[in-house]
Amino acid sequence: MSAVTGTVAIPATPRVAVRRPRGFAWQRFRRSPTAVAGAVIVTLVVLAALLAPWITPYPAAAGAFVDFKARHLPPGAAHWLGTDGVGRDLLTRIVFAYRASLLLAVGVLALSVPFGVALGLCAGYFRGAVETVVMGVTDIALAIPPLLLALAVTSILSPDLVNMMIALAVLWWTWHTRLIFNIVRSLSGEDYIDASRVIGAGPLHILLRELLPNCVSAIVVKLSLDAGFVILVGASLSYLGLGVRPPTPDLGSMIQAGTAYLPGRWWEAVMPCGALFLVILGFNLLGDGLRDVFDAEAR
Amino acid sequence: MKLLQVEHLDVTLTTERGAARVLDDVNIAVGAGERVGLVGESGCGKSLTLRAILDILRTPPARVTAGRIWFDGQDTRVLPAVEREALRGREMAMVFQDPMTALNPVFSVATQMGDVLRWGDRRAGTRRGRIARCARIRDALDRVRLPDPDRVMRAYPSMLSGGMRQRVLIAMALLNAPRVLLADEPGTALDVTTQDEVLRLLNDLVQADGLALLLVTHNLGVVRGMTDRVLVMYSGGIVETAPTAAIFAEPLHPYTRALFDCVPKLTGGALPKGIDGVVPDYLDPPPGCRFAPRCRHRMPVCDTPVPRFPVGPDREVACFLYRPT
Repeated sequence: MSAVTGTVAIPATPRVAVRRPRGFAWQRFRRSPTAVAGAVIVTLVVLAALLAPWITPYPAAAGAFVDFKARHLPPGAAHWLGTDGVGRDLLTRIVFAYRASLLLAVGVLALSVPFGVALGLCAGYFRGAVETVVMGVTDIALAIPPLLLALAVTSILSPDLVNMMIALAVLWWTWHTRLIFNIVRSLSGEDYIDASRVIGAGPLHILLRELLPNCVSAIVVKLSLDAGFVILVGASLSYLGLGVRPPTPDLGSMIQAGTAYLPGRWWEAVMPCGALFLVILGFNLLGDGLRDVFDAEAR
Repeated sequence: MKLLQVEHLDVTLTTERGAARVLDDVNIAVGAGERVGLVGESGCGKSLTLRAILDILRTPPARVTAGRIWFDGQDTRVLPAVEREALRGREMAMVFQDPMTALNPVFSVATQMGDVLRWGDRRAGTRRGRIARCARIRDALDRVRLPDPDRVMRAYPSMLSGGMRQRVLIAMALLNAPRVLLADEPGTALDVTTQDEVLRLLNDLVQADGLALLLVTHNLGVVRGMTDRVLVMYSGGIVETAPTAAIFAEPLHPYTRALFDCVPKLTGGALPKGIDGVVPDYLDPPPGCRFAPRCRHRMPVCDTPVPRFPVGPDREVACFLYRPT
């Protein structure tokens, strides 16, 4: 009977420190199978790309390398994914090609997203003439097919990774401007924006401290989805011969080279295709999963 | 001159169909420590008046086209922007209507209240001021009778109930020890019991600090309990101003009378009649008294602009019925 009596230890009042309850978000993320699958794929791809020279079976195959004895080998024990027309191990080349793909994604997004977000914030907050000009330019830029412009730019400049980044970044900011503009426009009606004006906060504070943090979840989700899309467009460009210069491995140029041997030596095109599919799938699943987490958080 | 004085304030709203004069010659005076209620039906310009005073009108479309807003003898409309912002942050504060949207969802209560202190007092923004800042936030939350202020400080708005958020908003408004508090229908978004608690709390704090209060509300019961003086607003203009006791004893303006008649009586009887007609179109208002089309006492003279006629001590009515003869 007396088991329940006794003193209950009241925890001491914790020190005042502001910390976000990250536990909830993490749990929600972990419970979503698609999100976890996406995260695992993306992590593996990124790790593989980073560690490529040490984990690939034939690092030499990433460069100008020829081994005619090993030409056109089908997938097997020695070459898991087979070899290409000059005897290079496809697995090795795919892992190295991920380096170019990820670098491209990071480069394009790093160039274009901050620009697009800044424009969207300003257009959404200041409205009026700023909105007219920024959104007008954005609409015009949206009307240009990105692949066509990238084709034009890379064919004027010499085709290489940096120029491809520039070519894609030139138009990539538009979607972020649109996205942020719409979020900010709806947030501007919220009382806490007025409240911060009442306390005398200036526009810089409102833009960076009140509005931007409320856009972060949308930006992160869009970044993840974008990464996959940038990789796809990048592969399209190099498929057309306007991307990374051979012999540097790139998924697009590998697919292009492989198509010559279809359907007999199918692995030479199918393997890089599968690799491209995998990385895009990974980023999309991750993006969807993040969106679910943020949506639930917002509720 | 009173602490807060609004003179001949006009606000124009630019619409697709033309300019609408949504505030027309609004005059408000709130003395130090005085509690003033601003009542009227939805859409008559109460919230707009508060926004105009705080200079947070959405421009465009709304724009102050005429009038002066005096605070402590200074014309806030001609003050340089820096001083005006300082005034807004330190001397005037506002309690917003909906506690669900007045807090930024991505920051903790402590962070947001810290921002208020930082903008109110630049010295509090330094690293050294951090501990003092935390203590002040804690005290403020304690004053609004929130249990466990330490937990509330660390909480995000989504983790708090509506009543708690409203208390946080009140604590936030009082944080910089303002002299004037503007309250836009505080608690209307809450259930009646919570609303009652919150209003009581607000009233206690206002009286304890001797704050001047300008309270916007639909609720005549709240006006009766919390204010010293009442301004009745109709269609963008003040139609009657009177001490609270006097106006409840005898409402004079036909609109005030109609408004008071609209309150259902607890003692039974039929439901109130309501007021016939609708608020006039702001784009094409009646030439004289804006209430004339709905008024039972309408006279030919009502189609000319109505001056304010003083009736009794500290009492004015904008109606020709009270024209001195």
